[in-house]
Parts: sequence; structure tokens; C-alpha cells
Amino acid sequence: MRAPKVYKTEAIVLKCINLGEADKLLTLYTPKRGKFSAIAKGVRRPRSKMGGHLELLTHSSLMLARGKNLDIITQSQTISSFLPLRGDLWRSSLAIYAAELVDQFTAEHVENYPLYKLLLNTLGWLCETQDVELILRYFELKLLTHLGYKPELHRCLGCSSSLEPTTNFFSPGGGGVLCPRCRENEPLTQPISLNALKVMRFLQDSDYTRASRVRLSAALSRELESLMRHYIRYLLEREVKSVEFLDRLRGEVIA
Amino acid sequence: MNIDFVPTAQPVSRLIEEFHKLPGIGPKTAQRLTYFLIRMPQEEARALAEAILAVKDKIILCSICQNITDSDPCIICCGEGRDRTKICVVEEPLDILPLERTREYKGLYHVLHGVISPMDGIGPDDLKIKELLSRLQGGEVEEVILATNPNLEGEATAMYLQRLITPLGIKMTRLARGLPFGADLEYADEVTLIRALQGRQEV
Ligand SMILES: [Zn+2]
Ligand SMILES: [Zn+2]
Repeated sequence: MRAPKVYKTEAIVLKCINLGEADKLLTLYTPKRGKFSAIAKGVRRPRSKMGGHLELLTHSSLMLARGKNLDIITQSQTISSFLPLRGDLWRSSLAIYAAELVDQFTAEHVENYPLYKLLLNTLGWLCETQDVELILRYFELKLLTHLGYKPELHRCLGCSSSLEPTTNFFSPGGGGVLCPRCRENEPLTQPISLNALKVMRFLQDSDYTRASRVRLSAALSRELESLMRHYIRYLLEREVKSVEFLDRLRGEVIA
Repeated sequence: MNIDFVPTAQPVSRLIEEFHKLPGIGPKTAQRLTYFLIRMPQEEARALAEAILAVKDKIILCSICQNITDSDPCIICCGEGRDRTKICVVEEPLDILPLERTREYKGLYHVLHGVISPMDGIGPDDLKIKELLSRLQGGEVEEVILATNPNLEGEATAMYLQRLITPLGIKMTRLARGLPFGADLEYADEVTLIRALQGRQEV
């Protein structure tokens, strides 16, 4: 059976780059087709019927036509534009970070419905929750689970014994935690406090409603962020670019 | 189609390649432009080449507003009758043209040369933000008009500038966002409609 010439899908716009006079090249994340690029013609003209429905981080329902190289978007209708994100610099920057993580961790045309759903939900939660950083940690842990990088947080990676209630050590290379004894043979580790370990386990095993009840102190929040950042950087083998702007914003708030 | 395989004389393929580097020019258009130039009279081709060189040799950034110019300060910054208490902040030099064409705005400009784009690693230090802040030190400026594009990155840049400038006690305004002239309500997106409602005016 030949693939149909036109098809429908919903999508989250992960990235957009201007192309030519008035076109855009969009990176879309979709429930059944994973990530792919598509062209939206004429959308930078002010009177374009589609433009506003294809902005960065909008959730839209699309009609596409198969092209020789790239598919072309022929119709678009916003499902949600996550409006509260757009009026808040911190929240929109966190949302950009979440989208960049999905973009960097995924290959083209690989379906991952749980990850799609997670990103979609996270954009919604970022519009309404108070503790947006907790949501980000929850997002990161679930993203890693959906991608097969779920860190081992219950047993020591070295000796398989249950982790003692003390400061243990996170090993990005091993994808989990080492007890103080096994850590001796593993130079690239980061201490993980008992509280941080407990929160990570709790977030990993909970759904959003349960996870969102956690209250983090500023220090614990920093520790978790740092642990996740190291692990993610190790997996990607590069920096997540939008992190720099997050650090910048935070530095200026404090200053 | 790969332009490397087009069997043509070396100067021809070289020009095709050069055109291909320009934004929005694909291999087909690059070929078309090249063959057009081949048929062009000698003096016209020379004038074009000279115009390109002149742009590179003579065009600089205005030391005040960062717009592209051939004299420093630029003609707008030097202009008689410009309102020096207002600065309109735009993303790119090209954004000034439509605003000037309206003849409605008499203030000055400031060109950022981009927007904050965290995913591409473009942050505040990559834009002409320091230059803008130093212009606001003199006490002459009373209003900063933010005219970045109404998309996520343009808005983020505007919000970022707002954070930096508000403590200076200078009035800040944002170009009204809403329905474009001639637009169809049926096709308007949620963000545009809400902004249009928020910015509604008495008639
Ligand atoms: Zn062990
Ligand atoms: Zn100037």
C-alpha cells in the first residue's frame, strides 16, 4: 500500500528557522511519527492564515502534504498556545529547555508516545504550577525513563547491596548510584545526599499529582539540578545550550 | 540535485556556488542567477560587483544605534527634528525601514542584531544590549519602545530588556500586538486574538 499524499497529525513545534522570504522550517514532535522537519510556506507574512498556529512551543493540529524531501504544512489550527508561558520569562525559558532536551535526545522518525505526552503535559504544568523547578526535575527523570536511561536508585551499581541511608555517590557513566565503598574504584562520581536520593526515587516512582506535592528547599533543589545536569551532559556528550540562559536569568535575579 | 555535478566552465560553477551560499537561494535559483549574469552587459555586471564591494568596504555599524550606515553617526542619529527622548528597539536593521516609511515615528532607534535564542546558544551578550543600556545612562531618554517580533523569542527578549530597564525608571512601551490589517478573524490564532482583545480601543 502506498502512503497517502496528505495526512493529519497533532504536533508540538520544537524549533523554527526562517527560510527564504517568508517560509519557516519547523521541527515538529508528533505522537505517532516522532520528530521530523516540515516546511510552512508564507507564514512570516502578517496576513498568513497559518503563522500564529505554528509558533515555537504551540500544540497544533496539522494537515501535511508529502514533499520530495520535506513535507509541507497545508493547514494548522492551534490546540493550545500555552499562553501563560509566553508572558513569563522564567517559565518560557524552562519550556524552551524542556523542548531542547526532547530535540537533543530524539532521532528523526522514532515514535515515542509516552515522551510526546510527557512534553505536552509538562508545557501545561509549566503554565500553572508554583514550583516550576520541581516540574523540570520530574520531567527530566521521566524523560530518561522513556528513553531507556532510567537511573538505578535503589541498589549499588557495584555490589548490588541496598543503599545505606547515608551520602552515596551518583555515577553518570554507570547510570546510577554507588555505595561509599564501591565508589573508591570509580573516580567520576558526584556525592548524592540521602534527601536528594529519596526525592529522586519518589519522583521516578510517582505520577505528576503525587510528585507535585513534594516541597524542596533551595539547597536540595540546587543539588538535584546539578545531579541531573551532569547525568544529562554525560548522556548527550554535550551541553544543553539553553542551560546557559537559565543560569544567567537566575544569577541576575539574585544579584 | 547536486551543483558539483553540473558540467560547466569553472568560473561559472564558482559563481553558482557563491550564489548558493546566500540565504533563500537553492541550487536552481543559483544557476538561474548565474546564467542571467552571463547575458548581462559588461558595465551592468561591473556596477553590481562594485556595489557589492562598496557595501563591504564602506558599511559600518553606527556607534550610537548600531544600525548599518556609511557615516558615523548614521543619518537618523544625526537627523534634525528627531525626538531624542524616544528609542525604538528593533531586532534587525531591516525592521527600521517599515517604521520609517510610516513617517509617524520621529524618535531614534536601537538595533539589537538578533534576539535571545537559548536553544541556539544566543544570549544577551551576543546582542547589542550593553550599547543600549549605555545610551540610557545620559538621562535624556524618556521612553523605550520595544518593537521585537511578537513570537516566543521576540517576547522573551522584550521581557528580558524590561527587567533590565525598568529599574532605571524609564517608561517602557511595547508595540501593540493584535490582528493585522485585512486579517480574517476565523483564522486568527489564540495568542493574537487575546492580545487584540487586551489592546482593544474605544471607538
Ligand atoms: Zn557497593
Ligand atoms: Zn545611528
